Amino acid sequence: MSTSRAGEDLAALRELIGRHKRRDVMFGIVGLACMMVGVVTLIVLFIDLLIDGAPRFSWDFFTSFPSRRAGEAGILSAWVGTLLVMAVTMVAAVPLGVAAGIYLEEYAPKNWVTDLIEINVTNLAGVPSIVYGLLALGLFVYALGFGQSVLSAGLTLALLILPVIIVATRESIRAIPGSIREAAHAVGATKWQVTYDHILPYSVGGIMTGVIIGLARAIGETAPIITIGALTFIAFLPAAPVQAEFPFVSGEWLFAPFTVLPIQMFNWVSRPDTAFHANAAATGIVIIVATLAMNALAIRIRYRIRQRIKW
Amino acid sequence: MSSVPFSIGPAAQAAPVRPPAAQEAEAVGRPAPRPAAPPVPVKAEVRELEFHYGDFQGLKGLSMPVHERRVTALIGPSGCGKSTFLRCFNRMHDLYPGNRYRGEIRLLPDGTNLLASAVDPIEVRMRISMVFQKPNPFPKSIYENVAYGLRVRGEGNRRAIDDKVEQALRSAALWDEVKDRLQDLAFNLSGGQQQRLCIARALATDPEIMLFDEPTSALDPIATASIEELIADLKDKLTILIVTHNMQQAARVSDYTAYMYLGELVEFDTTERIFMQPKRKETEDYITGRFG
Ligand SMILES: Nc1ncnc2c1ncn2[C@@H]1O[C@H](COP(=O)(O)OP(=O)(O)OP(=O)(O)O)[C@@H](O)[C@H]1O
Ligand SMILES: [Mg+2]
Repeated sequence: MSTSRAGEDLAALRELIGRHKRRDVMFGIVGLACMMVGVVTLIVLFIDLLIDGAPRFSWDFFTSFPSRRAGEAGILSAWVGTLLVMAVTMVAAVPLGVAAGIYLEEYAPKNWVTDLIEINVTNLAGVPSIVYGLLALGLFVYALGFGQSVLSAGLTLALLILPVIIVATRESIRAIPGSIREAAHAVGATKWQVTYDHILPYSVGGIMTGVIIGLARAIGETAPIITIGALTFIAFLPAAPVQAEFPFVSGEWLFAPFTVLPIQMFNWVSRPDTAFHANAAATGIVIIVATLAMNALAIRIRYRIRQRIKW
Repeated sequence: MSSVPFSIGPAAQAAPVRPPAAQEAEAVGRPAPRPAAPPVPVKAEVRELEFHYGDFQGLKGLSMPVHERRVTALIGPSGCGKSTFLRCFNRMHDLYPGNRYRGEIRLLPDGTNLLASAVDPIEVRMRISMVFQKPNPFPKSIYENVAYGLRVRGEGNRRAIDDKVEQALRSAALWDEVKDRLQDLAFNLSGGQQQRLCIARALATDPEIMLFDEPTSALDPIATASIEELIADLKDKLTILIVTHNMQQAARVSDYTAYMYLGELVEFDTTERIFMQPKRKETEDYITGRFG
């Protein structure tokens, strides 16, 4: 046995490596092409929207109600509606989702019932949103009598994003190393003390990321909102939640009829008069920018927390 | 006896921590663990302790005393159950499903059986604190790390907490290094400092027994020496159980040594006798490095 490779042997080895490397390059090209299909489509779509919608952007567009004349129509009632619905969604979904996630991860006994619930929660995220709409129509609109209101819409979207928040909560809890948990237990903390003093604060970044991503999904949802009967033409705003006279706060807005951005957009798209299509494009831009901004915020929060707490 | 006596290596002689003479000096100053001298009081009595991880039996009928204000070392090859044994003392196993204890660990003088299901593990952990193998400070400030045990106990008085935190940090030989940056994040400390912070955290609540599970295995020799020095100081105040892989460390810091193998206690005696004239052949083989 010689200790150094014969020249022929070495050439064969290089040839082999060369062949393997070519496969590397080939996959690189195929992968790049696949990725470009997605990215380019998105960019082209967005540019197309911009070209169509940009001329409509003006202060008036945001401060006007919809109108029969395309040039005068605006999205005031739609963005206010979206904001109010999102507020309800957040208030309902965050405590429920976080509590459920903590319970499943920290408290639930490890048995088949818990396993079953877990599988269900994960699958809930994949249920088509219109199914949630149907459920909400029966439950919130009729059975509970909330009507076709901001409240019903907010609760519907809350149901929709609940699985997202639960999963995000559980994942960020699971990222906390067992040694930290043991350290807290070792000084004599109870389960609740460990949860409240450690688990919650250390996972808040991941939870917030989940909440924002959930809301970003909810903001563009159309089907379930149509199902529960959002109006497409709203020429007034709900009563303000803060009032000038006693008792200063009012819940009336919760029960007001409403519209939201994607529905306003849907309405304009479906009109035969093409002048309205520019309005639709402009609304689409608003939704996309809102979604992107929320996702960017989520990424930023995650990055900031990672810098501070690295396990 | 034909045994090769354990020779304390050059590393041990060089260590400023605890020269071999210290044990003798102590034997003069205080009741020594020798048959002739008055017996050292017992802090905890382990009787017929068995432990199961589900179907796997990790401990098989251990019985031994833990002497008060002494350091007891647990040694033995990897996987023999040292950590398993140590973690029985603060009921750490209760955190995971499927773990079962049998037998008892009686804490004296009150005679509480730490393993009794009627005894709340929280109560046990409030009396017996633990320092882990890898430093595991909370991602909070240095101050909050030490104060946490007090907060858990409902201590609300700012001044009382301040005092305790300072006292604990002093006992852990960390005060001078951190007194000007108590609000800094604990993660910014070095590994050795983090481990001393964890010791301070465990000390702040005045435990009766302190458990150390290979506290220096993640540290460099200098940090190790300072932790060993600390353990020697701490035993004036409390009872210490320490798991170590390092035979010389066991010889340096401990008064009693228990040698374990495959979940059983092979031999328990004073450190001096375990290292100089072990009764069992297995112990001798392990000590002299012929095994493990
Ligand atoms: N959670 C667990 N479930 C099942 N078996 C376990 C578990 N933890 C430890 N064991 C087993 O119990 C035995 C004792 O483990 P233990 O961690 O107490 O050993 P050790 O003496 O501390 O070893 P080391 O010196 O490597 O830390 C080993 O055989 C191990 O595989
Ligand atoms: Mg161990």
